[in-house]
Amino acid sequence: MDTWMLLTILVLSCFVGYFAVWGVTQALHSPLMSISNAISGIIIIGALTIAGTAESNISKILGLISVFLASVNIFGGFAITHRMLSMFKKKEKK
Amino acid sequence: MQSWLIPFSYLLAGIFFILAIRSLSSPYTAHRGNIIGMFGMLIAIITTICSPLVDKYLYILVAITCGGIIGIFFAFKVRIASLPQMIAVFNGLGGLAAVFISLSEIINGSHAYFDISIGLIIGALAFSGSMIAFAKLQELLPSGAFVFRYQQQINLFLLLTLITLCIIFLLTPQINLFYWLTAIAIILGFLLVLPIGGADMPVVISVLNSYTGWAAVGIGFSLNNILLIITGSLVGAGGAILSYIMVKAMNRSLTNVLLGGFGQKVNSTTSAEKNKKVNIGSAQDAAYIMENAHKVIIVPGYGMAVAQAQYVLQKMAEDLRTLYNVDVKFAIHPVAGRMPGHMNVLLAEANIPYEDVFALEDINHEFASADVAYVIGANDITNPLAKTDSSSPIYGMPILDVEKAKIVFFVKRSLASGYSGIENPLFFANNTIMLYGDAKQVTEEIVNTLEQNNL
Repeated sequence: MDTWMLLTILVLSCFVGYFAVWGVTQALHSPLMSISNAISGIIIIGALTIAGTAESNISKILGLISVFLASVNIFGGFAITHRMLSMFKKKEKK
Repeated sequence: MQSWLIPFSYLLAGIFFILAIRSLSSPYTAHRGNIIGMFGMLIAIITTICSPLVDKYLYILVAITCGGIIGIFFAFKVRIASLPQMIAVFNGLGGLAAVFISLSEIINGSHAYFDISIGLIIGALAFSGSMIAFAKLQELLPSGAFVFRYQQQINLFLLLTLITLCIIFLLTPQINLFYWLTAIAIILGFLLVLPIGGADMPVVISVLNSYTGWAAVGIGFSLNNILLIITGSLVGAGGAILSYIMVKAMNRSLTNVLLGGFGQKVNSTTSAEKNKKVNIGSAQDAAYIMENAHKVIIVPGYGMAVAQAQYVLQKMAEDLRTLYNVDVKFAIHPVAGRMPGHMNVLLAEANIPYEDVFALEDINHEFASADVAYVIGANDITNPLAKTDSSSPIYGMPILDVEKAKIVFFVKRSLASGYSGIENPLFFANNTIMLYGDAKQVTEEIVNTLEQNNL
């Protein structure tokens, strides 16, 4: 795809990210860190493409290692976020 | 497979990620957000695996399953107090994945040299920086500022070498240069985080989090992948904003924090202050005063987390509320703890309701009407010198105005100064009572007294 097209997408996404993150309440900054950690594991799709298309064996193996590492990141990140969020409770009504 | 299916599902995944972050605006929608995020990831992974580009399903599924099991295992095993180091490790692994992807692309003969170099360098910095952050938080390395001679000069030299090598690589792409680039970026990441002290970790972790996002953007450009660019910039922008918020909460500049070495100088005025009078109280005194109060504001700091006092603190708040009808609130400074929002999670872990926990700007006006401020394991974030002494290293930092409460209790082991290395004049104020001892033990004694007095 055209580099200008990609740059446009990059800049617009930065704006979206900027506004979305400012809306996050301060109390949830830790879950924000862990969920963005999990989401940054999206490089797994880069790793999958590489592992799937590479011609040399070294490239394939490196790709597979990255798939593994990114999965730790993804599953771990979502699980930690889940754990943190389930601790935030409302006051019990008495 | 239909050709529109991949871009369409990537679009969906991107939207889901934005919604996931957006839903963290309130703890009541946050849980749903996490699930939306998982869905986005699931869609992205499944479409990519099913695309005609990918075969070798078996290996890929094995890699994903192993990674998933390890990730989930550690995520549920780790103690809440150790979450910052766990997040640092996960972040580091993300960075390492970016490094391997870049290497793999170069070896495979890709020509997007610039984009790949960006992904590689930022990923490598995120990886090695996160490892040092982990080691410091886990106290495998001394958690304070680690400074040696010519440190900044060496870092600057490495940075310039990195940039020069990168330019040479772009002009004459040779794979050997790429390996050198990897090695130097990793070393630089180690050295950059080494001089940064423990209490600055919220900034460091946010910055490293931001890096993995930008690394994903670099890889996205090299692979022409829109979803990587969208998601990477969401994460990158998010981390950048968090770093900004943290730095603001300390009234320092990002460069000042990242250059490191803060808080290692001992203030020379300490000895002169030694003769001042200090009020020392017992847990029984504190219990008596608090049960007769109308309003108590509790200010927890990292020392509370180290002593694991959050559960007994919850008990104290509940006893005061139910047995003595006292209005109890918690006040949290933005940089309390070792990562953004760390203290909120620790209090939530101890079943302290979300509604009782307030951010600095929401509670600061209430100290004037409070009978008691109970400061436990915190110091610098209450130091009024931040408002009055322009020569102080923490001058201008927003603080919690505990000195406005009628009585201030400080639960501390000693009069030692805080992370910034400066003395807190509040310790010597007339309305301050020091409760010496371990945060958990002192609070336990208070709880016991509260319960006995009510019999």
